[in-house]
This record gives sequence, structure tokens and C-alpha cells, in this order.
Amino acid sequence: MTLTELDAIKSKLHSQMMLRKEGHASAETEGKSYRKHVLVCGGTGCTSSGSMGIIKKLEEELKKNNLQDEIKVVKTGCFGLCALGPIMIVYPEGSFYSMVKEENIPEIVSEHLLNGRVVERLLYSETVTDQGIKSLNETNFYKKQHRVALRNCGVISPENIEEYIALDGYKALAKVLTEMTPEDVIQTVLDSGLRGRGGGGFPTGKKWQLARNLVKDADQKYVCCNADEGDPGAFMDRSVLEGDPHVVIEAMAIAGYAIGATQGYIYVRAEYPIAVERLRIAIGQAREYGLLGDNILGTGFKFDLDLRLGAGAFVCGEETALMTSIEGNRGEPRPRPPFPAESGLFQKPTILNNVETYANIPQIILNGADWFASMGTEKSKGTKVFALGGKIHNTGLVEIPMGTTLREVIYEIGGGIPNGKAFKAAQTGGPSGGCIPAEHLDIPIDYDNLISIGSMMGSGGLIVMDENNCMVDIAKFFLEFTVDESCGKCTPCRIGTKRLYEMLDKITSGNATLEDLDKMEKLCYYIKNNSLCGLGQTAPNPVLSTLRYFKDEYLAHVVDKKCPAGVCQDLLTYKIQEDKCKGCTACARKCPVGAISGIVKQPHSIDTTKCIKCGACMATCKFGAIIKE
Amino acid sequence: MAFKKSIVPFTQTPEQEKQLMEVIEREKGHKGALMPILQHAQEIYGYLPIEVQTIIAEEMGIPLEKVYGVVTFYAQFSINPKGKYKISVCLGTACYVKGSGDVYNKLSEVLKIKGGELTPDGKFSLEACRCIGACGLAPVMTVNDDVYGRLTVDEVEGILAKYED
Repeated sequence: MTLTELDAIKSKLHSQMMLRKEGHASAETEGKSYRKHVLVCGGTGCTSSGSMGIIKKLEEELKKNNLQDEIKVVKTGCFGLCALGPIMIVYPEGSFYSMVKEENIPEIVSEHLLNGRVVERLLYSETVTDQGIKSLNETNFYKKQHRVALRNCGVISPENIEEYIALDGYKALAKVLTEMTPEDVIQTVLDSGLRGRGGGGFPTGKKWQLARNLVKDADQKYVCCNADEGDPGAFMDRSVLEGDPHVVIEAMAIAGYAIGATQGYIYVRAEYPIAVERLRIAIGQAREYGLLGDNILGTGFKFDLDLRLGAGAFVCGEETALMTSIEGNRGEPRPRPPFPAESGLFQKPTILNNVETYANIPQIILNGADWFASMGTEKSKGTKVFALGGKIHNTGLVEIPMGTTLREVIYEIGGGIPNGKAFKAAQTGGPSGGCIPAEHLDIPIDYDNLISIGSMMGSGGLIVMDENNCMVDIAKFFLEFTVDESCGKCTPCRIGTKRLYEMLDKITSGNATLEDLDKMEKLCYYIKNNSLCGLGQTAPNPVLSTLRYFKDEYLAHVVDKKCPAGVCQDLLTYKIQEDKCKGCTACARKCPVGAISGIVKQPHSIDTTKCIKCGACMATCKFGAIIKE
Repeated sequence: MAFKKSIVPFTQTPEQEKQLMEVIEREKGHKGALMPILQHAQEIYGYLPIEVQTIIAEEMGIPLEKVYGVVTFYAQFSINPKGKYKISVCLGTACYVKGSGDVYNKLSEVLKIKGGELTPDGKFSLEACRCIGACGLAPVMTVNDDVYGRLTVDEVEGILAKYED
């Protein structure tokens, strides 16, 4: 592959790809010219809700109507609006069909694709207005977003390298290899202000500079990618890998050139089979096109990549543990220094960046450091991808400029809290982060602001909780996770987190005293200050942040022996409200322990000494007469 | 994790053994080969009994203790056989706040097994997993490759009934 050949691929496909930018009509291209492109999401979310069946049905119906040469079906990565999956978009119109079912396909094909009449009934309702059909980019979910890391997700086929090339793919690598010195590359990344998107926020350029300069005579260096996205509830990296795997490959090659490495490793979760498969395909294609291997683009630069699969250990997201795991050992962290830039994988100088960090690199190279630095806040540049989840309307993936407020993300982009419930907290940073209460909803999101309010950016999970979530229970949930995932190497983390969990359990079961709360807080700081790696150092954060903002809930558990949210079973009592009970006996028949008694057509009552608090009665009652408090 | 020899006696077919040998032969020269070999071995046998670990240790010329250490460190590796239908409930944060804990308890109650266990007939095994990334469908469970999203506790028995064969 030479530069000229790269350009040839680009111009061959470019006008066809422009079809997918709304408003651009199709132009003639070599070979087949498709009238329309139908993009179907093939990400994990939509696949789980049946998008593969949609694609199959679509192809069958197109054949039936003899449209297969006019209409192209493309399986893409994630569009972001996972809550409405499976999702399908028809270009050039940009018609956004949501929650598509297989039985809708014949109608969409014959009405829309054959006769040009959009099936409005099946469109995403927000795009349908009295004034006609709104562009997707004008909907609340998309209009405040700015897609840099996700720019190709939901636009290209991740299994076709030529579509990536057509949208400036591998152009940044070509620019780096032909026009820039390694020092120029590092300077550009430094100037852009890009910070690690895995959560720590270390300046990426600085990391590269250290790896380039610290050890001058290394015979081998390594470029690693952390795709071991272990934060439960976060799926940004998975979506990039599923939707745009080549961007990571290209960026890693650029990093290899910058630090002087010829070999890279991508450490990816085995729990992400689609991402693993698409990476395999992408690496194979990149090799075939001469964009990995010896003599890349005829410049003499050599770089290759291998995949390593994780095996379900959260601690392997920590950099030294990840490298230990690639070496084929138990994934335990080791003390730093030496830092990986000096002695990392196989004791060679190594850089490790997160998937989303890499996804920004080619755009920074192409558009310049100033362009990137123009987005965001003073100390946090660019955009950040968040996985919105929990009690929120638009669960899915969003990319916003740094400095956007939580309120905008939750209420405007996310569409607010379902079922008219009140917002209680937003959790960021996963098991290392904290819960942000309503009083901080207007804080601009960036690394430093989130830390100042006791949470952290983390990799980008953003879970919304409403009034029905108990914050003590949430803290306990995270501690259960860290107890499970602690590797056991250092005592403060191994034993400390276990003790912390037991204290929380004591609170939720109503056996704690005020003294326990003080002890618990002390233990938190002890674990933070004495643990070996990031897992232990941050494990108490969910407890500390809930103690800080939701102390009243802790006190309710400890002093009043009540769970205000009605979650902690041991503290609940079920009661029948006499005025609402019709005496239908449904609950008494359902109760597994015979705790409910009463005469037919007379109010019933629950014997709390027999009640096992299973909640079966409450679920059965048609009159809403049973309450828990 | 305490070492417990599996209650199911270990047997292997000649094909399985041949496949394992091929994998070891192909991978063992590479740096950090143990993890990929174990991952392949688990695909071949469905789990990693001590007998398989012993073969790998001997063929790679490394102590069994090292192999065992790695196997027991990672959640993905199992030293016990899994059920014909592997049920996995997501207990990631997004699913948890939407009630996946209740779904998990219901399964445990109906199947009369705890997480990590197998029903006596070998049909179902139950485990909790941390986020399969389908957070938009929370709460989520999987039965082998089938994904069930937006679950409620009431649906659990109906789903199990689909796997009655």
C-alpha cells in the first residue's frame, strides 16, 4: 500500500459515503451505485434486542422486491440511543426507525425503500413533528452532543477497512509518517491537552514523552491499549471497538512511531465477543492493506499488533496488573516506581492508553492541537463519552464537550427520570467513584470538578438513581464488588474492603451504632492511604461520597432503624392499610408463610413475627393497600 | 477459592486431547502464552479440571502451581463443569439499580442453587456477571447465547420453561 493507493480507495468510496451525511445526494461511483443506504446497528445493545434478525429479514425482503442492487444494507456500530434499539437509519433521508421489529420490515421495504414513502408511524417519535420530520441532529438526545471519539460509530461498517479509509482513515498515520518527526507528534498531543480517558486523567503527551526519552537504548518498547473495561455499567470503549476498530489500530501505530515501538498489544475483555471479533477482522485487514507490518506506506516504519483477551478480573484495568496479565500471570499489580514508561511489559518501556484516548488521536493529528484544545474547559480539553444508564429515559452512549453540566446531560440529553420519580444521585467513576447529589447538578463536568465533589471522571459510566434507590445499599453494592475483585496481594485492600463491607451490612441490617459510622469512616481513609494500587486506593470512595451527601440516610438506618427508600429488607415492615383493603384474600393465599389473616371482605392484617418480607403480597394486591416502610 | 476436585469424573475424547496438544504446540513459543492456552483449553473442554491443568503444566514445562494460580485468579476460568444451559445474570451497576438483584435471587430460589453451582441434573448453572454492556436493556440475563432484557421477576419462570428439553 502506498499513499497514492490510499487516496485512490478514499476517492473511490467517498461520494458513496457522503450519502450517509444527511442532505448529500448520491453521486455516480465506480461499480455499483446504491440509491439508499440502510444502516442497522450491530452493537451489543441492539444485537441483544434482535438486530441480526432485522438485517436478515431486510436482505430477504430486498431480494423479493429486486432492490438488492439499489439499496445497500450496512451493519454498523452503536448509534448511541440504546434504549430504543434495535435502531435502523435510512440515508440519504436520515430516517431514524427505532425499536424495529422483524414484522415491520416488509412494510418499510415496500413503502419506504421501494416507493419512497417514509413510514412515519415507526420512526423515533421525537423526529416526527407537525412541521415534518426533524433531523436526528436536532433531537434533544443528539443536539448537544459533539462526536469526536465516536465520529464513525454508527456511520461506517466496522468490518470494512475501505469505509474507514473513505472518511479520512489512516490519513493521520500517513501524515505522521511522511510529514512529522516523533517529537512533533508528541508535541502535538501535549499541546492538545488530551488527558487519559480511562479515568485517571494523566496527560497523554507526557506519558508518550517519558516513554520516548526515559530509556534511550531500549531494544524493544511496547504500545498497549487498555480495553479491559471493567467498570460495571460502562460501555464506551466497547462501542468504539465495535463501531470503529480501525481508529484504535491507527492511533496505536501513531503512538508506536512517537515512542519508537514496533509492537503493540490490545488487552480486551473476553466478555465482549463482538468487539473481539471486529478487532480480529480489523487487524487482519490492516495487515492485508499494509497498514500494519513491515514498511508501512512505503516509509520503512514497522509496527504490528496482537490481541490479548482478559479473563474477567477488574484489577487488570490497573496498568501494572494489566501488563502482568499479558505476561501470562495472575493479574496482580506491582509497586511503582519503576513506572511502565521505564520498565513495563516484559520489563521494557511501555505506554498504556485507554481505547477512548486513542480514538481522539487521529483527529488531533489531522485537525491540529488548537482545534482539540478549543473544546472543553481550561484543564480538561476535548470531549468525553459517557454511558448513561440506570433510572434515565435515554439510556445509551453520549459524547459531550467537557464542561457540559450534569443537568444538561441528565435532563436534556438523557430525557430525565422515568415514571415521574425524583432524581437522587448520579454515580460516576464506577466502584472507584462517588455519588453526586442534586445540589451539584449544575457543576460543569471535567476531571478536576468531579474530584472536588468527591467523585471522579472514571472511564465514563454515568448511572442515575432515583428516590427508590437506597444510597447505603448502593455503597454496599460497590463494596461487594471490590471485595470480590480485590486481588488479595495487599492487606489494606484484601481485609480492609471486607471489613468495610461487613460494617455496611451491619448498617443495612439495623444492627449498627453511631460509633460504627465513625469507625467506618476511619477505615475508609486507612484503606485509601495504604493500598498498593488504584483499586484499593479508590475502593472506599462510594462509601465516603454517600456519607458526605447522604448522611441522613445512614442515620435513618442506624438511629431510626428505617430504610427511607424501602430497599433494605431487614428494616422494612409490610403493613396493610385498613381503609384500602377490600378483604379479597388474594394476599393471604399468596403469602408463603401464612402470615396474613383476616375474614373475607374484612380488612386483613400481617403478623410481622411470621413475615419473611418477600413482598409477594404487595405484588399481588390490586388495590395498593399494602405498603412497606 | 478452595480447591475442590470436581464431582464429575474427568473424561476426554482423543479429539479433545489432540486439539489441546495442537494449541499448546502453536502457542507455547510466544511470550505470555499461558492465558491464551487456558482460554483455548476451556473452549475445548468447557472447563479446566485439574487433569487438563496438569497436561498444560507438563507440556509447557512450568509448575502446576503456576497454572492453578492463574486459573483460580480469573473469574472466566472454571474448574467445575458448567450446565447445559449457562445462566448469567448481570449484576453491573446499571442492571442492579433496575432490580437485577431480585431476578438473580428469584433464579436461585427456583433452581435451588447458588451462584457458581450446577443443578443436580447438570442442566442449569447460575452465575452473576459484571456488565455485558447491554445497559440499555437493563436488567439483563443470558442463557447461553440468548439475551433477555428489560426483565421482571415474574418472567423468570417462563424463560426457564423454554429450556425444558
